[in-house]
Order: sequence, then structure tokens, then C-alpha cells
Amino acid sequence: MQGGRAPADARDPNAYADGNTLTEGAYARPGLRELKLADEHFFWVVLADRFEYQEGNDSLAYDVQGWFGSTFNRFVVKAEGDIEDDRLQENQLDLLWGHAISAYFDSQLGVRLDQYNEGDNRQWLAVGVQGLVPYWFELDVTGYVGDRGRTALGIEAEYELLLTQRLILQPRAELNLYGKDDPENGIGNGLSDLSLGLRLRYEIRRQFAPYVGVQWSKAYGDTADFIRADGGDISDTELVAGLRFWF
Amino acid sequence: MTLPPDKPATPANTKRRRFVQGLAAGGVLAANPGWLQAAMQDSTLLGTAPVLSGTEIDLVIAQTAVNFTGRPRMATTINGSVPGPTLRLREGDEVTIRVTNQLAKPTSIHWHGILLPYQMDGVPGISYAGIMPGETFVYRFKLQQSGTYWYHSHSGFQEMLGMYGVLIIEPRDGERIQSDRQHVVTLSDWTDQAPMHAFSKLKIQSDLYNFNQPTFFDFTRDVSSMGFKAALEKREMWNEMRMTPTDLGDLSSVTLTYLMNGTTPAGNWTGLFKPGETVRLRFVNAASNTFYDVRIPGLKMTVVQADGQDVEPVSIDEFRFGPAQTYDVLVEPDAEAYTIFAQSMERTGYARGTLATAGGLSAAIPALDAVEWLTMGDMMGEMGHDGMNNAEMDHSTMNHGAETAAEMDHSTMNHGAETAAKMDHSTMNHGAETAAKMDHSTHGGMAMDHSNPSNPNPLAKPSQTVRHASSEYSPYVDMRVNMPRTNLDDPGVGLRNNGRRVLTLADLKSVNGVITDWRPPAREIELHLTGNMERYSWSFDGLEFGKSTPVTLRQGERVRIILQNDTMMTHPMHLHGMWSELETAEGELLVRLHTIPVQPAQRISFLTTPEDFGRWAWHCHLLFHMDAGMFREVVVS
Repeated sequence: MQGGRAPADARDPNAYADGNTLTEGAYARPGLRELKLADEHFFWVVLADRFEYQEGNDSLAYDVQGWFGSTFNRFVVKAEGDIEDDRLQENQLDLLWGHAISAYFDSQLGVRLDQYNEGDNRQWLAVGVQGLVPYWFELDVTGYVGDRGRTALGIEAEYELLLTQRLILQPRAELNLYGKDDPENGIGNGLSDLSLGLRLRYEIRRQFAPYVGVQWSKAYGDTADFIRADGGDISDTELVAGLRFWF
Repeated sequence: MTLPPDKPATPANTKRRRFVQGLAAGGVLAANPGWLQAAMQDSTLLGTAPVLSGTEIDLVIAQTAVNFTGRPRMATTINGSVPGPTLRLREGDEVTIRVTNQLAKPTSIHWHGILLPYQMDGVPGISYAGIMPGETFVYRFKLQQSGTYWYHSHSGFQEMLGMYGVLIIEPRDGERIQSDRQHVVTLSDWTDQAPMHAFSKLKIQSDLYNFNQPTFFDFTRDVSSMGFKAALEKREMWNEMRMTPTDLGDLSSVTLTYLMNGTTPAGNWTGLFKPGETVRLRFVNAASNTFYDVRIPGLKMTVVQADGQDVEPVSIDEFRFGPAQTYDVLVEPDAEAYTIFAQSMERTGYARGTLATAGGLSAAIPALDAVEWLTMGDMMGEMGHDGMNNAEMDHSTMNHGAETAAEMDHSTMNHGAETAAKMDHSTMNHGAETAAKMDHSTHGGMAMDHSNPSNPNPLAKPSQTVRHASSEYSPYVDMRVNMPRTNLDDPGVGLRNNGRRVLTLADLKSVNGVITDWRPPAREIELHLTGNMERYSWSFDGLEFGKSTPVTLRQGERVRIILQNDTMMTHPMHLHGMWSELETAEGELLVRLHTIPVQPAQRISFLTTPEDFGRWAWHCHLLFHMDAGMFREVVVS
């Protein structure tokens, strides 16, 4: 069995303590508790899930996530954006407090800071969940509330298909929805954009894997109109080559 | 990752091969200090730890350069060797052991399985403050037992860095087990990584070291052999629960080199014998995180001691043991050479040595067994036998030799709703052979309920009612087992149906006089072994050590402890300061141990009588599980 709520008659895990704690009671050592194991350590990681060159638009895209903290409470940083013509075009930075809410899911609460090379920067409050659903799909769903009644919803899903122990195919989908037009940044309300990617990586080590792939993306609704008005393509297919790594 | 051991080294895989096989001359590097050279002279064979004996022992903890893989590293050593010296002491003696810390950080030594005052038990933060840099701590205690034991650091990951040694206590009235020759066989593991670094990687990606995961092409193979539907069904439960059927070990040969007496497989530790001799092998699992499956092709092993305590001899081909367990076996070799083969449970490598009539000989090295998937029974206990849709998996669980076990399972399942007394009957009638035998032999001493059916002691048998702790319904726990299996005659995943006679817990029976307290338990304590593999969190009852409270026992009470494993891994559970006397699901006492391996979805129980006051540690002896939080304090007051 997984998950669920404890029934009223569930066993009391402290029933056998008889009043003793780790620091008090019979034969307890005086002073502060000396024995601390790894459950009270902090750990950290920086994971570049995508760090890649996109051939069609000659740009560098990144999707990096890091955390610092314990198993159950973490400071989470997510940065996603792209660099074109040697300039940062767009960067979305999420600064979040992650908290375990179930065996496989964390809630995330914090702020999102959008930065645009051309356009207006935006700030949002962020509330979301990130974790693993049955059949091993990784899911990241975050809702955002900005100023002047702006709202947004971002959804990312990934899967890792082990072709061999080291050759891994990663399908990925990302879509963004907005509650309101944001013409300064070329964003329309409703479903704004959808991208689907397929990346094949080889894990030379678990922590170091070059990959190649293809990414298809398309803009919808008003976002598509903004792009058309600007003379751009609303649909785009890119060959990508990059490196997935963590440390 | 499974490298066929007979595959010749080619330039392409030489480097990898050397890593797995280790350096032939690996171990402690030369240029040892003079005092160590003196100590080493006791050593009779290459790779055998020096022997220290008497009632006054001096141990020095220091950093020592070692090289097991081609990359020099610093080990944390006892008297400069890995393993540390073998201590040969005598039952009844009061020993004085001075331990000097030459490290820059605190250290400790715990005497595993030894009954002593809690201040001498050597667990920093519980028994004492630990041994500070530059200090000497004097351990003084009287040896009240005999047999094969071991000792190791209880500080951080020092044990994993080489700080362990074997402790032999000779019986005061002379050896009961007759042999012509003895060898200590210490199995351990080594990683070139800093242990905390290896641990933190698991915290980030818990399947990092597993290169035996199910792949897409395994799936297509299954589709062609069993059909699309069956192939999907085989994976259904695993995928739904987000668990890996090959999660057999957290570490693997990706980072570990497996050692026998501190010697790599390439180094081939060799123990000598003369044909016709009866040789006693004292096997000690001093590994940090490795379960070993041990056999000596061509030789039957007769198990005569488990965890240092005499057991009724049982003849086997193979045994599995986890970190901290010990088995003494007798063998009667008559050929020139035999391989002692100890493959790791997750089947990525092996430790190996040779029993031979002369140095330089070797015998064939078997191939590693194939990786087997955990079964539904491993995941869900009894429920896995019954309700689940994969007949093939069920078979592999049930068919492991004792047919009666399968019968027993059925009877328990089918009559689950009936009274306990009836369940008992059905089990007895089906007659699991071993159970029935034990019944006869132990009946007299046990004051069992059968003799007085009108007034049965409700604690005569361990409770079968699963009671999950409220704290198990939390993110710390990825699984709870509602219908655990209670049979002890399962050798475990990877050893079922392998055509060899494999030791199980049901085979172990203390000889008369070992277990001295035959009172029935006055109360019952139930704790569950829990974890979340994805988060790499381990705990009792869903509470990691830092959030837990101690278990309090009364001095002199007879108490039953039920451990139910709600995880997918086997946990060697070690309770300090007192014996763990394993019983069957029917309440029949079997064997006195200090470390009990609990298999996935298994519910076991043992009785204990705490004799010594104080605070004690209780934990999983997979070092990473212990440090992740599968650790409790026990107060005896």
C-alpha cells in the first residue's frame, strides 16, 4: 500500500518510549545531543537537465535546477532560458521552498522572476507541485499570480526510457498557459505555447551524458498572432545537441 | 555491469577490469611504521590480518595509504592494516583494550555482539563521547561468551574506510568444535570515493549505482516470449508503485571493490590445508553495504555457529549473509584447490579466494548468477502469492525447495479470517517438516499453549495483526505491507531454485544450553522497517533517527520484538547489548543471534532479555541505511 491517511487506531510510534527521549530520561548523556546522522545533514545538487545548442535559431538553451536542504525541506532554484546572438534573450528564474507532501511529490512555494532582453520583466508568486507519478513520469506543474491580475500555469512532463543501461531516450513536453494578454512580451491569453522534445543521451557516467535530439514547438492563440505580426514563425522544429549533467 | 569473470582482459577493458578485480597486490601500501612491521610478523599468510591475543591489547587508529584499484587512497585503519588485527581472546577473561586515536577527528570502536556494560559498547553519543583526537580510551570488560565476532568503528563512515577487524573468543573450557585447522574469512567492500560523497549521490539519484535496471529491450524480449499483455502485467505493479524490481543493493561494483581478508579478487587470498583435514572457516561479513552469497564449489559446508553461537550442524552448499553476520562452517577438502566464491547480492561482482594445499594454486571461478527480479511476494508478502496476476513470479517465490512452505502459505492465506488456533492447526497438519521437528524438540522447555488449550497464553505466538504506525502514513514511507510473509525458509531473492542447498533462517537452531531464558514473553513490541527509496530515506516506523524516541525495556524482562519489513530491501538488524532470539511464526524459539536479516515484506519476531542497564543502539547494519536514519536508541532501565 502507498500513501493514504493514518486510521484513527494506527499505532503510536512513541508508545514504547516510556517518557524517554534522545536527550532526556534514564542514562541519557548530558547536554546537547551528540549523535547526528545523515537524516539531519543538508545535501545539494545542481542538475542541468538541458544545456544545449539549438541548430535552427543558432541559440543556446538551458534548463537547470538546483536544490539545497534536507530530504523533506529544500530551497529549490530553477532557471530556464536561452542565449541568442551572445545575449540572454529570456530567463525564467523560480526561487522556491520545496516541501515533501507525499512519498513522491513536493509542494513548491515561492517567486518567479522573468527577464526579457526585449520586453518588460515580470514577477510572479509561484505555487506548484513536482514529483513522480505512476509509470515514472516526472511532472512539474506550477501556477503563477503576477501583478495587475496576471495569472499563468506551466506544465512540464518527462519520461526516461532506458534503451540500455546507459542509452536513454527522454521524451519531454512543456506547455504554458496565461490568463491575460501581455503584448509587451508577446504573450497571449489561453494556451500560449507547447513544445515536444525527444532527446537521446548516453550516460558516460550517470552524472555526465551528452545528447542529441529534436524539439518541436508551436505558439497558439494570441501568442501566435503576436509572432505573426512580428513576422515570425509560429511553429519551429529544431535539432539540438547538448549535455545533461549534475554535480 | 556483469563482467564475465572468465573473459580475458583486452586493452579496451583492462582499466575497468582492474577496478572490479582490484589490484593483485592491493592493500596497505609499503613503508609502514616499524611497530606495525613487528605486529605483522604474526601474519602467517599474505592478506591475513595480524593476530593479537592476551588480556592487554593496544590498538592505534590512524590514516594509512592503501591501493585496491590502482588509485592510492587513505584508509582509516586499526594498527595499520585492513582488516585490523584479529583479536584472539578467552572467555571469562577480563580484557583491557587501549585504543589510541591518531586521527584528526573523533573515533570509536564497537565490539559487535559482545555483552558488556553500556559505557564499553563504543557508540559515540550513546555509550560515551567517543575517542577524541590524541586521546586513548581504555575499554575494560569481562568476556561472558565465546565464538566468532568482530569489531568496528561506530563513528561516521570510518568502518567503510577500513576500520574493522575480527574478534575470536575461545571457550574457557576448550573448543567444542573439533577441527584440524582454522581460517578467518573476512568479507568486506571498498570504495575509492569518500563515503559521504557516495551517500550524497544516492540522496540525489537513488538508482545511480544500479546498472541492472529493466530496459526497453528487456520489455521487447518479454513481449516476444510471453506476449504483450503478460509483459505489461509483469511490469504493472512496479510501474504503478514507482519501484525497481532490481533494487537489490544501493551500491554495486560501479563503486565497490569486493575484498576477502582485505585482498581483491585478483589478489586471490589463499588459505592452506592438508587433504583429509577438517577445516573451520570463520566467515565474517564486515562489509559496509554488501550482502554476500558464499559458496565453495565442490565442497559441502557444515554450519556450526551463527553469530558466534553454536547451532545444530546443518550441511549446505551456500549461505547468504549481510553486514555484521558471522557463520562458522566446517569443510573437508581433499582436492588441490577450491574457490571460495562470494558474489554480491546485486550480482555485480564478487570477492574470491582459494583454499589450497599450497600457495599459488587456484580453481575455476564460477560466473556470476543472473540478476533476478524481486517477486510480488517480496513486495507484498502473502498478498503477492494470492491475488496478483503474475503466476510465474508467484512460482519462483513458492518453489524454493520446501514444498511445505508453499502449503503453509496457502493455509495461512485461505484461512486468514479464522481463529488463530485453527490457523495453527492447519499449518501443523500440513507439516512443514522443520517446524514440526522443532516442535518436538523444544516443546518440553517452552511451556507452550498446546498443553493447556483452555487457557492459551495470548503471547504464546507472535501477533499476526499488522499494526502500522501513524507515522508510516507520510512522505518518509513509500510502501506498507498489509499481509506480510512470516515463513523463515526462504533463502531470498536470487537464491531460490538455484539447484543448491541454501541456508535459510529456518535451518538455524541453537544447540541445547545456548538459549537459557525459556519464559514466554510478557509483552510484545512491534516496529516496522520503513523507507523511501526515491528520496533515499530509511527509518523505523517512518521516523528517521533524529525524529525518533527510544524504545524502553525493563532490565530482566522477557520481551518479544516484532520487526516487519515494509521495504523492498533486506535489512540486517542489529540490537546492541543483548541477544536477539529468533522464533518462528508459531512462537517456537530457534536460534540466538546478534544480527537478524529481515527480508522484504517479511514479518519476523525475536525474544530478548535485556540484562545490562543503559542506552544501546539498534539499527540496520547496511551502513548507509543506518546513517540515513534506520536507527533507534534502546533504553534498558
